[in-house]
Amino acid sequence: MRTTRIALGAAGVAGAFAVAELVTRTGLVDREAVPAASTVLGRAAEMAGDGEFLTAVGDTLRAWLGGLLLATLFSVLLGLLLSATPWLNNAARLVVELLRPIPSLALIPLAIVTFSSITQGKMSLVFYASTWPILINTLYALRDVDPVAKETLRSFGFGKAAVLLRVSLPSAAPFVLTGVRIAASVGLVVVVSTELVAGAGEGVGGWLMQSQSGGGHPDLMLAGAVWAGLLGIAANSLLVTVERRAFRWHTVRTEGLS
Amino acid sequence: MLEINALTHSYGDHTVLSDMNLEVAEGELVSIVGPSGCGKSTLLRCIAGLIAPTGGKVVLNGTPVDGVPDDLAVVFQDYSRSLLPWLTVRDNVALPLKRRGGTRAERRASAEEALKSVGLADAGRKYPWQLSGGMQQRVSIARALAYRPSLLLMDEPFGSVDAQTREDLEDLVLQVHRDGGMTILLVTHDIDESVYLGDRVVVLGRNPGRIRAEIAVDLPAERDQIATRADADFVRLRAEVGKLVRGAVTSSPA
Repeated sequence: MRTTRIALGAAGVAGAFAVAELVTRTGLVDREAVPAASTVLGRAAEMAGDGEFLTAVGDTLRAWLGGLLLATLFSVLLGLLLSATPWLNNAARLVVELLRPIPSLALIPLAIVTFSSITQGKMSLVFYASTWPILINTLYALRDVDPVAKETLRSFGFGKAAVLLRVSLPSAAPFVLTGVRIAASVGLVVVVSTELVAGAGEGVGGWLMQSQSGGGHPDLMLAGAVWAGLLGIAANSLLVTVERRAFRWHTVRTEGLS
Repeated sequence: MLEINALTHSYGDHTVLSDMNLEVAEGELVSIVGPSGCGKSTLLRCIAGLIAPTGGKVVLNGTPVDGVPDDLAVVFQDYSRSLLPWLTVRDNVALPLKRRGGTRAERRASAEEALKSVGLADAGRKYPWQLSGGMQQRVSIARALAYRPSLLLMDEPFGSVDAQTREDLEDLVLQVHRDGGMTILLVTHDIDESVYLGDRVVVLGRNPGRIRAEIAVDLPAERDQIATRADADFVRLRAEVGKLVRGAVTSSPA
């Protein structure tokens, strides 16, 4: 069952790759504008040894993961505070609903003006964009903590703080992690976009812009995009693995015993 | 050891419990039986200090209950929600012992011992969701036992297990009661169960919830699922309690 699934997935990837290759090799699209898939992959592999590019990846990772980590800490603490104080929660609700729909990318100019360092600006934007999915997931998860579990601990004489720590937080954790996973993919978009617009050569986005400055290197550009995609995949699979390992009790509950 | 004086509780202007008076002696097993909506669970939560009654008082071992008392444990009906799924069975049982202090090793040893006493010696390293419903309820009983409370409250503990498991668990409660001499207050809506387990049966009526009758169960302490239930005295008591419970329903329609 599992082998079949993996085999089918691999076949899908190979098929898509073959189609992309064919489209360029047969001259269906201009090879100057869109290089062959194999050329792009070759470039991407070369770039793994390119120190300048690796520095750029490091810059991007730092802003992305830093912002994500800060957003996680902030959102979980804020979520705990809000769910513990109903009046504050009600007061904050509208603020959240008003701020949440603002596209983070619309704030790039503001970030450029506000922060002297690009890294700071990027990190702040990632922080802003990541806060919402994590905060919302935390709030819903804390609201839905099983009252029976809480009452059980209370009946053994545990106080409010202990119930929060021993019941509410662990039972909310899988949902918080899902929020982090969503935030991670949003954050990558934000960080690369900011670098494209304001990068001044910094990060993967900045590197992409610079690679074009000498005029037309579509293979390099696409190879950079492949790398950005790989970063996203790596982050997502890492988080999914953590979810499976650490929250097996939750997976079993939601998917049924298998 | 437990005194309930003029206990009253209302939610808004809806009175759930009205002027309840009850005394439970050390080592007694008292069944509380009544139709749904008679305030059984509210009564139990007042005793456990989980909710503050709007009137009257509960006195446990000479101390008025104000907040959750230290030497009391509750077994809830909903075992699957009452056990924490991210902890192993042993850690679930050991968790309340943190309130008692002691080292981690001591707590674990007490947990293993309690698990053994409910027939789950080998389940400590499993997770609750890997066990059957009946076994999970055994775990919550073990958790209560390990805590060594002077009063054990059980809120319809066997309401969601199958009939065979239910009988096994009933006998487990009798055994625990006999071996440990623990005072137990058991809330149930099952008339047979209230007589089979109880030294005394308290029948509640509803609208508002109040005590209709108290019946001493003069059956031999040693009980057996087959023989006791066929015993003429058991049958008589069951009919008596049944009549009272039914009366409690018809005299005050919902």
